Amino acid sequence: MLAGVLLLIFLPPLVAKDLCKDSQDGFKVRLSIKTALGDDAYEWNESEMFLFRSTLAYAMRKQTKQDTYNITNILVCNDTQRVSFVFVVTSPDDPDQLIPKEQIEQAVRQNKHRINNAFLLSDMTLEFVGIPPTLAAPIIYDTEPWLIVFGVVIGAVAVGIVALLMSTVSKKRRAKEKAAGLSEEDEGIVKENGTALSGLGGKEGVYNQTFSNDNRFTEL
Amino acid sequence: MKLKLLNPGLEDRILSHDELERLEVEEAGDRPKWDNKAQYMLTCVGFCVGLGNVWRFPYLCQSHGGGAFMIPFLILLVFEGIPLLHLEFAIGQRLRKGSVGVWRTINPYMLGVGIASMCVSFLVSLYYNTIIAWVMWYFFNSFQEPLPWSQCPINANRTGLVSECERSSPVDYFWYRETLNTSVAIDETGGLQWWMILCLISAWGVLYVCCIRGIETTGKAVYVTSTLPYVVLTIFLIRGLTLKGSVDGIKFLFTPDLNELANPSTWLDAGAQVFYSFSLAFGGLISFSSYNSVHNNCEQDAVIISIINAFTSIYAATVIYSIIGFRATERFDDCLSGNILTLLNTFDLPEGNITQSNYQEVLHSLNSTNPDIISNLHLKTCDLNSFLSEGVEGTGLAFIVFTEAITKMPLSPLWSVLFFIMLFCLGLSSMFGNIEGVLVPLQDLKVFPKSWPKEVISGVTCLVCCLVGLIFVQGSGNYWLALFDSFAGSIPLLIVAFSEMIGVVYVYGIDRFNEDMIFMIGHKPNIFWQATWRVISPLIMLAIFIFYFSTIVTKEIFYIAWDPESENFPTLEKKPYPSWIYVIIFLLAGIPSLSVPGTAVFRAIREYCCKKHPSAPFQMKLLIIISI
Repeated sequence: MLAGVLLLIFLPPLVAKDLCKDSQDGFKVRLSIKTALGDDAYEWNESEMFLFRSTLAYAMRKQTKQDTYNITNILVCNDTQRVSFVFVVTSPDDPDQLIPKEQIEQAVRQNKHRINNAFLLSDMTLEFVGIPPTLAAPIIYDTEPWLIVFGVVIGAVAVGIVALLMSTVSKKRRAKEKAAGLSEEDEGIVKENGTALSGLGGKEGVYNQTFSNDNRFTEL
Repeated sequence: MKLKLLNPGLEDRILSHDELERLEVEEAGDRPKWDNKAQYMLTCVGFCVGLGNVWRFPYLCQSHGGGAFMIPFLILLVFEGIPLLHLEFAIGQRLRKGSVGVWRTINPYMLGVGIASMCVSFLVSLYYNTIIAWVMWYFFNSFQEPLPWSQCPINANRTGLVSECERSSPVDYFWYRETLNTSVAIDETGGLQWWMILCLISAWGVLYVCCIRGIETTGKAVYVTSTLPYVVLTIFLIRGLTLKGSVDGIKFLFTPDLNELANPSTWLDAGAQVFYSFSLAFGGLISFSSYNSVHNNCEQDAVIISIINAFTSIYAATVIYSIIGFRATERFDDCLSGNILTLLNTFDLPEGNITQSNYQEVLHSLNSTNPDIISNLHLKTCDLNSFLSEGVEGTGLAFIVFTEAITKMPLSPLWSVLFFIMLFCLGLSSMFGNIEGVLVPLQDLKVFPKSWPKEVISGVTCLVCCLVGLIFVQGSGNYWLALFDSFAGSIPLLIVAFSEMIGVVYVYGIDRFNEDMIFMIGHKPNIFWQATWRVISPLIMLAIFIFYFSTIVTKEIFYIAWDPESENFPTLEKKPYPSWIYVIIFLLAGIPSLSVPGTAVFRAIREYCCKKHPSAPFQMKLLIIISI
């Protein structure tokens, strides 16, 4: 009688261990806590393992939309110092039946983000061997940033070219106007006096002292 | 002992000292002038200090024995660089013309030297501005976080990374695929890359704005383009020294290996670097110095600019290698961490059991207990020295190695923007000199009608260069650029520099030149200048030319291509040039070089033909007038 009771008590864990060790539907998990957190690293102990099993149960619940998954459905074995172990998931209806690999993979992939955050880890530091991490979506810009900068630069260049060309053109126009103004004055004088004053160098002509008014000696 | 070649009519072609003095005092003449001495110095410094100081000198220094390389570099700087620089400054200041004008004045048969300078300046401008276009592309792309070259893009069906990128690296992929979109061989054009065309247009646009009125506008631009690189280098030095591993890089750079001094290629590379770094024989320096006042102290200028150039090379090398040291250390750490992780995972050891310090012992003990497992792991060998000496020259340094280092630094977009602004300024200030070496000879040769204003001439030149430069924005553009770089800018320059020395010392006459120097700066150049101008520098130029020529002619030339289908991918693959490329090479190197003797021959033939034919009617008229 006592033997029977003892067998009953110890059988499930033994059976469980066998289910875990020999199964094809298990996943190896590797955690690199020290790499991720450095000095803030927590110790891996039974409580952390409890948390892991509960997050996995949560993932299975979400994926299958069955609220029957419990922590007892997650079996763990092959614990190492690395902090790596193998787990399998048993069906809530039948403890001897394992959930197939593909379903577990899907559950993990859909909820990896939540699982990572529960442990303050990332895809790199919480590895499920055989489940590749989902890649982040590429950032899609409405206008590529480089086109914006290019537009600014080319706009500045265009403004610079136009400004410099305009300043040259206006300088030339001013010079032309001055020259035109000079030649008009010359022509006017020639018309009035009938002499070829264009022969004189410069617009001011030569100062003829004979006709000057500032005579120092005849001041009345 | 002084050799002097016959040079009739020289007196008639040059302005005498009195005429020069009068020009100086009256400030007559329509030649443009520098606003102040600082503009002139900054322009010359900007022309001399270019991309080569940043990405060629550090590599040469490190690969030829580190600190020991300073010895041949400084020796050749003193005996080759400074005398040639002084010569160009002095002759430009004395004859007050651009390169074509100067050589035509010295002797009409030497016009070919000026034309060769112009051709080389033109060819170099074409590809140099393409490099600036690449720099601008990276600059435009630096305004985003994360930087586009920091991670591989995801492939079309979101299952993984793009295969080409995964096999090489994100920086390689961004450079070869997203920037250049290189084809696999030089004969495959790959079509024009539209984004590169836009960058090329912006590069030529910026250059046009700065050169639109000649030195009037470039003189203002150099206040920024010549000084900003030094500011950025200092910022990078301070940043670099605070990064882990930077001191290893600097130590690696300067560790002397005196055995390298016995290697002739060290001296050859040092000579070539001094020569090309000074931008001699382009004609730009002669032009710039011709805008100076006649009594400007060109001797002092030459020495100051040489010292600044050498200092900049060494300074830039220090900065570059501090960042390279950081990158190599990061790579080494990553490599070692990867190996450690593999070991931990395989043997299920707790984290922290294997660290960098005990890695070797642990590996050794594991190897003795489980050798077959260890050999199956294919652990990578991590050697810091090999990371430090990874291909770090030319465009590879700027666009692959340095950009990778930047992605590992915090606030990467800021460093990226600063770095590419610095490269842009370095390149642009050198372009000012190149364009000057093209525009002024074109004006002297009267290619354009006189009525065209300066703005139109520079506009047309920039437009033509931009259109021809479209060669370099096609898929195979990178290979064409390497071709131009190796052949258009090497042999012809050596020939021109050699002819310059011979021309000034023996055709113009060293006696007359000495007298000019007494007139200009007040004293005769001392024995050092006499010895170097007459004998030492021409011999060094001749030696470098012979070495260069013999290596190019005897070696089989090939190029390195990015071929994703090659076996050694991502290592670049060596491919031989197709046969029609040899024609192009001959055109690139041959036309400028042969125009030196060619113009002389052409002119001689023309003179001979004209002598035979009657210019007799004119002579008869003269006789008649005289007799009356």
